[in-house]
Amino acid sequence: MERIPILKMGRFLLVSIQVDMDDRTALTLQDDLTSQIVKHHAAGVLIDISALDVVDSFIGRMLANTAAMARILDAHTVVVGMQPSVAITLVELGLSLKGVRSALNIERGMELLQSIAREAMPELEPTDADLED
Amino acid sequence: MTDTRWTELGALLRANANELVGQWVRRQQEDLSLRNNLLKAGELDQQSREFLEALVRTMQSGGSTDTNSESWSAVRDLLATVSRSRARQGFTPVETATFVFSLKQPLFELLQRSGGDIVQNMWQVTQVLDSLGLYTTETFQRSREEIIARQQQELMELSTPVVELWHGVLALPLIGTLDSARTQVVMESLLQAIVDTGSSIAIIDITGVPVVDTLVAQHLLKTVAAARLMGADCIISGIRPQIAQTIVHLGVEINDVVTKATLADAFAIALTRLGLTVGRRRVPAKES
Repeated sequence: MERIPILKMGRFLLVSIQVDMDDRTALTLQDDLTSQIVKHHAAGVLIDISALDVVDSFIGRMLANTAAMARILDAHTVVVGMQPSVAITLVELGLSLKGVRSALNIERGMELLQSIAREAMPELEPTDADLED
Repeated sequence: MTDTRWTELGALLRANANELVGQWVRRQQEDLSLRNNLLKAGELDQQSREFLEALVRTMQSGGSTDTNSESWSAVRDLLATVSRSRARQGFTPVETATFVFSLKQPLFELLQRSGGDIVQNMWQVTQVLDSLGLYTTETFQRSREEIIARQQQELMELSTPVVELWHGVLALPLIGTLDSARTQVVMESLLQAIVDTGSSIAIIDITGVPVVDTLVAQHLLKTVAAARLMGADCIISGIRPQIAQTIVHLGVEINDVVTKATLADAFAIALTRLGLTVGRRRVPAKES
């Protein structure tokens, strides 16, 4: 079965979805992501869905749920690179992904995450030590 | 009806084809005398000749007088081509149908001269020509509708330009009534422009939208939601006093969308969010 890799970048986790997700892959990703957040004490999660052309209501809800779970584990979620067709589909399905922040691309997404994390814990600027482990 | 009579008629027409075409074309030219500029020289002659040729071939091959049947497809295709080209050239439906109907007079004269069972022959020929004439009109109508549909489509695309006001600030001036089909185009072109330009702020200006009802408001909110999902913020501007009243009276909730009265206000907000300011340049005092 396909597994979507989760990369750690400093205090943030980076998930890049490059394949069309089926329901099993989505659920596995949810499991992996929540355990990784706990393991690395992540402050934010960046989900890149720029390669995703098609979403259904299940994947849409999975994204919203993942964001909600991450929030409970004290991590903010930013979804980046959503295609226009995907955005239209989600809106037509009535899924506005409440609680999920969006950005146009990875770069902007990183900036957004950093500014959110800075607001949440201004005293905890990422240090070199953080980036090393 | 007898097939032999039909085949005989076909043979009669073939024998007199040249004379028929000559008379027929002359009649059409009289009818269309004012329209000569629309048709190229020889075009009418060629169309008439081809039509008669196809008609005779179909008659001689036997088959029925039912012009909707398979054996008439060649004639129908030819007529469709003629009426489509005439619809594009700007002929009226009457003038287009006359193409077929004006064949009647020379044909009847020919039948009269040839003798035989004139009434029966006339009846069959009339039946066929009438239904072919009606088919011509129908095709003409359909071509016109196609033209209208295409123009509508073009108008729709023309009327939704997305402009870049500043690097990272898009504006979408909406003009005219918003319906579902148009909103779809608007939404798609805005979202595509957001991707293409990497803009984080989009201003939707509804100064040119005459009426905002619940449906239009819902369409607007959908567009805003979709843009937000992609990571761009939307500002709705150009809200006229009447429209503000309508929105409140209708009970439409647009609380979480930034709205501004004018495009200028919206642009100012957009610049502020990007950390930019617009100021007057300090003019150095003139030495005197």
